Amino acid sequence: MSDQIHLTYQVSGDDFTRAGEASSDVKRMLKKMGADPEAIRKVAISMYEGEINMVIHAHGGEINVTITPDEVEMILSDNGPGIPDVEKAMEAGFSTAPENVRSLGFGAGMGLPNMKKYSDDMKIDTKIGEGTKVTMKVQM
Amino acid sequence: MTVKELIEASGYSLLHAGETGDEIITKTYCCDLLSIAMSRLPANSAWVTVMGNINTVAVAVLTECPCIILAEGASPDAAMLDKVKQQGIALLSTELPVFEAALKIHELIKG
Repeated sequence: MSDQIHLTYQVSGDDFTRAGEASSDVKRMLKKMGADPEAIRKVAISMYEGEINMVIHAHGGEINVTITPDEVEMILSDNGPGIPDVEKAMEAGFSTAPENVRSLGFGAGMGLPNMKKYSDDMKIDTKIGEGTKVTMKVQM
Repeated sequence: MTVKELIEASGYSLLHAGETGDEIITKTYCCDLLSIAMSRLPANSAWVTVMGNINTVAVAVLTECPCIILAEGASPDAAMLDKVKQQGIALLSTELPVFEAALKIHELIKG
């Protein structure tokens, strides 16, 4: 399967200075491959929101990205606290982000809604006290 | 207009000149909430905000924004300055309020 690319990124927790690096890297790579700009934008936004969520809520985690000619799959796994009410968390404007995060321009309750909006398919597996796994796919 | 032309015509304080200065700017955009900016910021915009931290730069990179203007006298932290240099994004600042800062750019673009 030479037309498949796998990438793994470690996202460190509570460190905003590195957040965005994984999504920038994937964006750069897709651009080099000549992918459709709108698809690249969708990948970049959904992945960056996911990265930020991991930093804010889960003390970091791991992102696995698989790129094929047809789609980009992003799997974001963390060992954070889990999401008690996924439906509620998906509501635009609902946020549990702390004040210090809001002062950085985040915490508007748009993270998960943006991830849902910009990915073509999103699945959330979450267990309280164990962690969350978000799988997102964007068609190329 | 180009980033270089905007830098000269606006008179805003230059904190970093960006990559080449030849990047084209066609629109002006204002927002401080990064999740909204991330999903709405049109490519090739001059982005007026008061958020002077590294995440602003990350959003600019993701949205192909070549120029950030910090309004209301907001100043960037050290990490933001490093990041704009690394990413080749122009950074300006002004004491003007967000609306007036953006309006001036809008008028410069429209000529």
